[in-house]
Amino acid sequence: MKQHINRPVHLDLLKIRQPVMALVSILHRASGVLMVLLLPAFIYGFDLSLRNAEGFHRVSTLLQSDFVKWLVVASAWLLAHHLLAGVRFLLLDFHIGIAKHSARRSAWLVHAGAALVAILTMAAIS
Amino acid sequence: MSWRLSAGLRPWLLQRLSAVYLLLFLGYAIFHWSGGALDHQAWRAWVAHPAVNIGLALFFAALLLHAWVGGRDVAMDYVRPPFLRYAVLVVLGLGLTAMGLWVMRILFSVTAVTA
Repeated sequence: MKQHINRPVHLDLLKIRQPVMALVSILHRASGVLMVLLLPAFIYGFDLSLRNAEGFHRVSTLLQSDFVKWLVVASAWLLAHHLLAGVRFLLLDFHIGIAKHSARRSAWLVHAGAALVAILTMAAIS
Repeated sequence: MSWRLSAGLRPWLLQRLSAVYLLLFLGYAIFHWSGGALDHQAWRAWVAHPAVNIGLALFFAALLLHAWVGGRDVAMDYVRPPFLRYAVLVVLGLGLTAMGLWVMRILFSVTAVTA
């Protein structure tokens, strides 16, 4: 028993170097939870923009503010990451890209694609 | 398959089927509105169009079900104390139901006035 004393007795997430696939997985969960929390704000905007021309104008004015712009870029990143990771998971369900090297490559593609969407959104609204 | 055996399969399948619909509808909506300025009248007419209105209702239904299954999975994995887990699920369920009713009201109101 004595030689086992230095074994880690807990899983310290900060000490374990996560593979890129694990980062996709946890960000898929985190982005999902964050989007659920943001959902009321989006439904509010949807409601306001449809109510009348004045409400529509107010939504477009709100979209000019720096805070809302930042929120839109963040949301675009969350959504893009969630969608790309989701498509990747669906393909993995069908055993497409299941080999370690291709799974690793597609995980990087998810991160890169989501970042690209965020940058494009930033360029489009600024 | 018996009810008990399919207990884990049903939410698993629901999550994937709703994901595919969300993806398709979102793709269509982004394609439809990409390029070209948006004004209130065109926006409202689009939402009021029967096919889009029903498509949107299904979109939000799929979205809220997707959020429920996903949130439930997250709560079951990370929220260990039974009382806290139960509280999280109750708040999530009530919140999503409220959002569903809110969206239903919006979609109805748009069709009611333009009809």
